[in-house]
Amino acid sequence: MNELRLVVNGVERRTEARDGESLMTVLRERLALPGSKNACEQGECGSCSVLLDDALVCSCLVLAAAAHGRDVRTVESLGSAGELHPVQRAFVEAGAVQCGFCTPGLVVATVALLRDNPEPTDIEIREALSGNLCRCTGYGTILEAVHRAAREMYAG
Amino acid sequence: MTSTLSTPTRVRGVVGESTPRPDGVPKVKGEFAYASDLWRDDMLHGATLRSPHPHARILGIDTSQALTIAGVHAVLTAADVPAGARFGLMRRDQPPLATDRVRFAGEAIAIVAADDIDRAREALRAIRVEYEPLPAVTDPIAALAPEAVLVHDGENVIDEVQVLHGDARAVAPVVVTGEYEVGMQDQAALGPEAGLAVPDDDGGVTLHVATQWLHEDLGQIAPCIGLPMEKVRLVLAGVGGAFGAREDVTLQIHACLLALRTGRAVRMTYGREESFYGHVHRHPARLFYEHGARPDGTLVYVRATIVLDGGAYASSSPAVVANAGCFAAGPYRVENALVRCVGAYTNNPPTGAMRGFGAVQSCFAYEAQMDRLAAACGIDPVAIRARNGLVEGDRVITDQPLIGSAPVAELVARIAAAPLPAERSSDPLELPGGAGNLTHGEDVVRGVGYAVGFKNVCYSQGFDDFATARVRVLRDEDGPVVRVHTAAAEVGQGLVTICQQIARTEVGIERVELDRADTSIGSAGSSSASRQTWMTGGAVQAACREARAELEARAAGHGGTLGTIDIQDLLEAPIDRTVTHRHRPTEERTTYMQDHGHVAFLLAAHRAVVDVDTGTGLVKVVQVATAQDVGKAINPLAVIGQIEGGIAQGLGLAVMEELVVRDGLVHNASFTDYLLPTILDMPPVLADLVEHPHPDAPYGAKGVGEPPAISSTPAIVAAIRSATGRALSRVPVRPDDILGLSDGGPSAAAWRIVPGEDPRKAVRA
Repeated sequence: MNELRLVVNGVERRTEARDGESLMTVLRERLALPGSKNACEQGECGSCSVLLDDALVCSCLVLAAAAHGRDVRTVESLGSAGELHPVQRAFVEAGAVQCGFCTPGLVVATVALLRDNPEPTDIEIREALSGNLCRCTGYGTILEAVHRAAREMYAG
Repeated sequence: MTSTLSTPTRVRGVVGESTPRPDGVPKVKGEFAYASDLWRDDMLHGATLRSPHPHARILGIDTSQALTIAGVHAVLTAADVPAGARFGLMRRDQPPLATDRVRFAGEAIAIVAADDIDRAREALRAIRVEYEPLPAVTDPIAALAPEAVLVHDGENVIDEVQVLHGDARAVAPVVVTGEYEVGMQDQAALGPEAGLAVPDDDGGVTLHVATQWLHEDLGQIAPCIGLPMEKVRLVLAGVGGAFGAREDVTLQIHACLLALRTGRAVRMTYGREESFYGHVHRHPARLFYEHGARPDGTLVYVRATIVLDGGAYASSSPAVVANAGCFAAGPYRVENALVRCVGAYTNNPPTGAMRGFGAVQSCFAYEAQMDRLAAACGIDPVAIRARNGLVEGDRVITDQPLIGSAPVAELVARIAAAPLPAERSSDPLELPGGAGNLTHGEDVVRGVGYAVGFKNVCYSQGFDDFATARVRVLRDEDGPVVRVHTAAAEVGQGLVTICQQIARTEVGIERVELDRADTSIGSAGSSSASRQTWMTGGAVQAACREARAELEARAAGHGGTLGTIDIQDLLEAPIDRTVTHRHRPTEERTTYMQDHGHVAFLLAAHRAVVDVDTGTGLVKVVQVATAQDVGKAINPLAVIGQIEGGIAQGLGLAVMEELVVRDGLVHNASFTDYLLPTILDMPPVLADLVEHPHPDAPYGAKGVGEPPAISSTPAIVAAIRSATGRALSRVPVRPDDILGLSDGGPSAAAWRIVPGEDPRKAVRA
């Protein structure tokens, strides 16, 4: 076991990890943050997306040891107790949530996209979210949710 | 003019409104507890040892070394399962852990519970299994031959149906034939199989699990763990998609066995690779067709022989076989039909339910045939479908009349009239090959294709299909509330919203809360066959109407009406109603399937526009237009979500998705190698909701989940054919098929079968 220190969602956390253990496993199994989902564990589906020092990553592809001393933000950090983040609200209102297993990863990826690009076009959204698989929606409502969130966050 | 809708007492979120789902907020916050998120501090982790051989005798299993590993609490094999225990959806033919023989690569042999998953996997590696590999039968047509290796005792036929309608030997001046193949598609729900089994003080067990049908699981689990049904309780955990794959038992029995043996809570969660081995897939199919028509394109006869690969265990193959046969001629008027459909046991992975359930396979073939017929008659694909399309009262080839459905010609006319997409883009990202930047459009050709499909809703052929709902109306500190309890599985489709909308509409109270689905109430049946809106929706509607009647009686008792008395004042005592809802009985299967075996039919039409790069063989689907008869859109936004999601899966089958199995071995059990459509692959969808109510359905609402996945695939392939001129008789279409580097046809050993004949008479071509 290796000792591990991370700042997760603004709070310093100390835990441990086995050799080769992923950041996703640490978050889900050791830090009780199951919002990052375990759908492929191979970096193909984006369900475990988090921000690592503000960069969008698949937490299943990040070795826990490589995250030592760094800043991690998960879906659980978005919004506040009483209010959803605009991206979260847009996903609910646009009908972009069905089974919801891909949703936390898509929400985190959309937050990263809209941080860098306040007015993305359809094709820019498609390119930015092409690493996030959804098996339920066919993506049409997700596209709508991203536009809706962008309008809410940046329009006058 | 006054509008009652604008009064302040209006109840919001009723039937017909695009209402947000009640679990949407916890899902976007990452707080919704899926089965793989369940946690107990003292829980053990379960893992499964699986066969590497498609067919082998087990000569011995040595678990002694595994049991010595620190932190390993149990290692179980068939010897730990009640003697003779078998499970299976329609036929109990599968041992929970392999006994003396494994019949497919991936079959479970031993299970382990340990303090953590790494130790559990270490224990799996320490189990020694001695195999004697046996010859495997992996071609479903070869499996029907008298000399074939037998997968079980008795012949390799799981089930077969014959449809004989009119004259089996009808002749026609225009004849087209074709041979088609459908590859093995996977449901690929993003949430992996998972469950948490917790031993109870009374010697029983409670299983929290992601499933489509709690009560069916319960009935299969109890005898396999040696407990009476009343000592086994199931609770629905959060379900990360299903699409048919969760209709069968996967880890349910294993988790319960381990919990009972160790006396500890045991969680099992499959990884993605194991998920591909652990659940059933869509039946691969070989289809041999002959259509006869008059020169104007009017159908005279359809003859077809269909062979479905059922894999090593039966699962729901009998019903899939019946469906593929029933729907083999498509939603068309045809007076003469002869169809044989056989499901075969092989040593391939077991196949069972997936969205579309038999209707998908047939539709790919009959819609290709309709295009061939149109070409032979010199008429266009829209005209031939409109000319032959069923209208109310027409009989399908199983002799049942079409009732309560929009005319096929109307659906076809609507997709034909939908606006076409803009001219081809010059952005490589929007062209075939996408982010690979493979073309600027120089070799890209565009094509348009059409298809229509149909399928049954609810269970068919005499099955006692019912759903139970309990509705309570009470008041608490926040005012009046309706509580709805069912055992129906919310798998993402949005049934939870539908139940709320129905309760609000019928009772007139906006606050509706849902109890967690479990087996403490009667069965709701499965979340499959597009049936839950009709069935559980119908049960909730009926229970709510009883509750509403009681409210009205109480109001009358107070000398008023619900318009004059505050509902609060009528709820001193709660109202509590439980209703079991059944649809009209269906007829049992007859020898030649001439029966009223179905409750109703679901219809949809699709038009696809594609760009094809003839240099690379890659396809970009540019647009899909659809018209679907939904009966009544109870939640239009959710209906659109079902339609777009189903089309994405149809697109996957058309050009991307295939679980590659060679000699019984799966070659691509990962999301790196099994390609799912991404947001870049999925085109805009133009969805036209046709509301032609069915007289027996609640609010006239038919199921909506499956039709989008039925005719979208053949429409896309038709568009590729029209763009390239290639015959393309196999899905998924591969680049080599488009480039002419393969023959674009069936890849397995070629067989000759006279369409309509018994496939046992097949000869090698």
